[in-house]
Amino acid sequence: MNMINSGDTAWVLVSSALVLLMTPALAFFYGGMVRKKNVLSILMQCCIILGLISVQWVLFGYSLSFAPGKGFWGGFGWAGLNGVGLEPYADYAGTIPHQAFMVFQMMFAIITPALIIGAFAERMKFSAFLLFTLLWATLVYDPLCHWVWGLGGWLRNMGALDFAGGTVVHINAGIAALATALAIGKRKNIDKGTPTPHNMPFVVLGTGLLWFGWFGFNAGSALAANGLAVNAFVVTNTAAAAAGLSWAIIEWIRNGKPTIFGFCSGAVAGLVAITPAAGFVNVVSAVIIGLLVSVLCFIAVSIIKPMLGYDDSLDAFGVHCIGGIWGALATGLFASKAVNPAGADGLFYGNPAQFKIQLIAVLITLAYSFVMTFVIYKAVDLLLGMRVKEEDEMMGLDLTQHHERAYTVLE
Amino acid sequence: MNTVNTGDTAWVLISAALVMLMTPGLAFFYGGMVRKKNILSILMQCFIVLCLLSIQWVVYGYSISFAPNDGFWGGFQWFCLNGVGVEPYPDYAATIPHQAFMIFQAMFAVITPALILGAFAERMKFSSFLIFILLWATFVYAPVCHWVWGTGGWLKKLGVLDFAGGIVVHITAGIAALATALVIGKRKNLEKNIPSPHNLPFVVLGTALLWFGWFGFNAGSALAANGIAVSAFVATNTAAAAGGLSWALMDLIRNGRTTMFGTASGAVAGLAAVTPGAGFISVVPAIAIGLVASLICFIAVSVIKPKLGYDDSLDAFGVHCISGTWGVLATGLFASKLVNPAGADGLFLGNPKQFLIQLIAVGVTLVYAFAVTMIIYKIVDLTIGVRVDEKEEAMGLDLTQHHERAYTVLE
Amino acid sequence: MKLVIAIIQPHKLEDVKKELYAAEVNLITVSEVLGHGQQKGVTEIYRGAKETGNLLRKVRLEIAVNESFVEPTIKAIIKGAKTGNVGDGKIFVLDLGRCVRIRTNEEGSLAIG
Repeated sequence: MNMINSGDTAWVLVSSALVLLMTPALAFFYGGMVRKKNVLSILMQCCIILGLISVQWVLFGYSLSFAPGKGFWGGFGWAGLNGVGLEPYADYAGTIPHQAFMVFQMMFAIITPALIIGAFAERMKFSAFLLFTLLWATLVYDPLCHWVWGLGGWLRNMGALDFAGGTVVHINAGIAALATALAIGKRKNIDKGTPTPHNMPFVVLGTGLLWFGWFGFNAGSALAANGLAVNAFVVTNTAAAAAGLSWAIIEWIRNGKPTIFGFCSGAVAGLVAITPAAGFVNVVSAVIIGLLVSVLCFIAVSIIKPMLGYDDSLDAFGVHCIGGIWGALATGLFASKAVNPAGADGLFYGNPAQFKIQLIAVLITLAYSFVMTFVIYKAVDLLLGMRVKEEDEMMGLDLTQHHERAYTVLE
Repeated sequence: MNTVNTGDTAWVLISAALVMLMTPGLAFFYGGMVRKKNILSILMQCFIVLCLLSIQWVVYGYSISFAPNDGFWGGFQWFCLNGVGVEPYPDYAATIPHQAFMIFQAMFAVITPALILGAFAERMKFSSFLIFILLWATFVYAPVCHWVWGTGGWLKKLGVLDFAGGIVVHITAGIAALATALVIGKRKNLEKNIPSPHNLPFVVLGTALLWFGWFGFNAGSALAANGIAVSAFVATNTAAAAGGLSWALMDLIRNGRTTMFGTASGAVAGLAAVTPGAGFISVVPAIAIGLVASLICFIAVSVIKPKLGYDDSLDAFGVHCISGTWGVLATGLFASKLVNPAGADGLFLGNPKQFLIQLIAVGVTLVYAFAVTMIIYKIVDLTIGVRVDEKEEAMGLDLTQHHERAYTVLE
Repeated sequence: MKLVIAIIQPHKLEDVKKELYAAEVNLITVSEVLGHGQQKGVTEIYRGAKETGNLLRKVRLEIAVNESFVEPTIKAIIKGAKTGNVGDGKIFVLDLGRCVRIRTNEEGSLAIG
């Protein structure tokens, strides 16, 4: 019964590699947006997470998230990958080695905390950042992941649909971004003029690589090379395209010109929004999800953020949380059993109960992640101090935190 | 019989992702070549094509390209992917979901018009660009694609060999590039000084991503993970390498120094040339194809273009059309049934008829694509005007078309 | 000895160089600078955040010349850089106190030429 299928295994392995590439991609996406003096700090934060969480995951992260259990998290039964071998584990994926599933999920655990970086970019101490990220992955990501995807998780048992991580990854990281942005405060001198992206082509490069990697993120989440994976692939591409176009059009109407920065934001927002829905909706729904997500995120980023005045430097909240919420709710609207018999029908297919479940899952995630992130932030702040000194901020984190600079001036 | 094979599906999905990455790759390949003030306009044009045609393709592009029909283009029965599901469609690919074939082809439809923009870089209005591209994809790409690859297409019935798009992609885009370069006219002040690439490392990055993605383009076109895919993979890598070496050698002989820019162009020329033949030829012809491709492209770009004086800014014609034409004809010379029993023998294996068929296909495509591109250009020019005004051109398209700039100077 | 400093439009650099060579002025230093004068910069928009009156890219030329070359140099720069629109730039002429050629220790007008 539980035979390993070579095609499925190849697909999940290459998908894992694609999702891994998303973290460096995110590094360039964010790195291009900050000022010259801080680009290395962003690249470093993203890359160190690759190291930190990879190790955390095999030691105890995977166990906390995915070991079967009805409690707060999965427990330590699979710590050190004890019992996680090459035999398939049918409850998660019946046709690939258990470790393939584990390593695929590892990449999700890595990129999620990396997303938050956008909120406190250009002003956090590196040591504090490390401790914060480790605690956050253990106390926020792992429990939430268990609730939604783990065997015995209560949101899973309730029937919440989250194909590739709308709640677990994007809402979770997005609301944590808001919490940290509020707690750490604005960057210095920000009132005199928002800094402009120092290297826009890097932002575009990051977007291109994110889009590429997202095929692994969403289509790989089928955990097999089957029709479901193909459907997820098609709707992922379609939603990203629709959202990129939509943001460009909004800007064209409002500001007279479409910008590439706006376009990139839109494409990423579209990818975020389709994530929870990818395996449950058809291509027409994907167009609608994509078109609308840009409207919502544009309002959040360009209108509401300036009004409220918090400094979510690179819009991790505005894009990921807002886009994720819309995606999770849209799944409750557009999901269809015709696409995925293992899923459920959404509101528009005559099942309002599903929409309610999605709403509950979203609210729980928002509340838990916000509060817990805030608590972790305060704890680390008391222990190590989160924010760099003002003169260090002025000089830039590259020189003060890492003793390097990104570009030479002369030779 | 027509069951989905997971290995084949995995391969086609990852190939689709690889081909998607070629458009960002192309964006950086082209973007590095233009002046600082125009790089964002190139990136934006490439990425908006990705969006626009992804949507066009699922709405009607796929249907008019591939729905079975004997006429000018495919039928409309697959409008909005109606009837294009996860069941295999054996006429195109019997072992993968039909949507996998569809999304793989979508990426070809995306990159083809993106190739053209090298010809009119640094001087086209963004709004006109959008309309031009949409019309071009509909009236040039879709019909030619149907003739060569669609069920009922007349060139397909004639027996033309085009494994991965030498005719459909490179010749159509390349000749369209010539047409647009001729009608839009030269960039201002070009006689005084041909601008040098503002960021050659971006050109090299783009080349590397293109080479990487091209494995999906060519080997993925086998539509299965089989021997033909492997043969195409090997031929692709070999021809690219031969092309790069050959251009470097030409540089050395003619100018006394090898150049990075030349080597990168040569690799791309080799890749374009091997595209139509990849699944029909063995490795020795692949070397010959790559070597000769660079030779004739070098002559076209460095000798003929300056003499004729048209301004194909980034050599979309000189590289893609010339090497595409060479590749399609070379397929008629080198093709062998030993490599691919479903193909045909070429001239060198005693079948001159195949060469004649290839020649007809090239001739027809050149004439059709050139004429229709001209007509589309003129229509857009008469309605909203294609070229930016002189002041905007001097200031750069980034600031005038998108209100952004690529790099900050100070912070 | 004078030091001629000119701020010009970047896309006019090639024209100015050509005119300078024609006037036999061959020794120039070029740098990229930012600035705006009466022309009010341009609008830039980043995720909806509008930046107006931003600085524009300009090119700064520095040319050290002997007295007899001052007028030809100025004329050449104007000829090359003038479009008639706002933003063409400015030329400043300063007295030059001393000039030394590093390779030979030559001083004054010998070192300039």
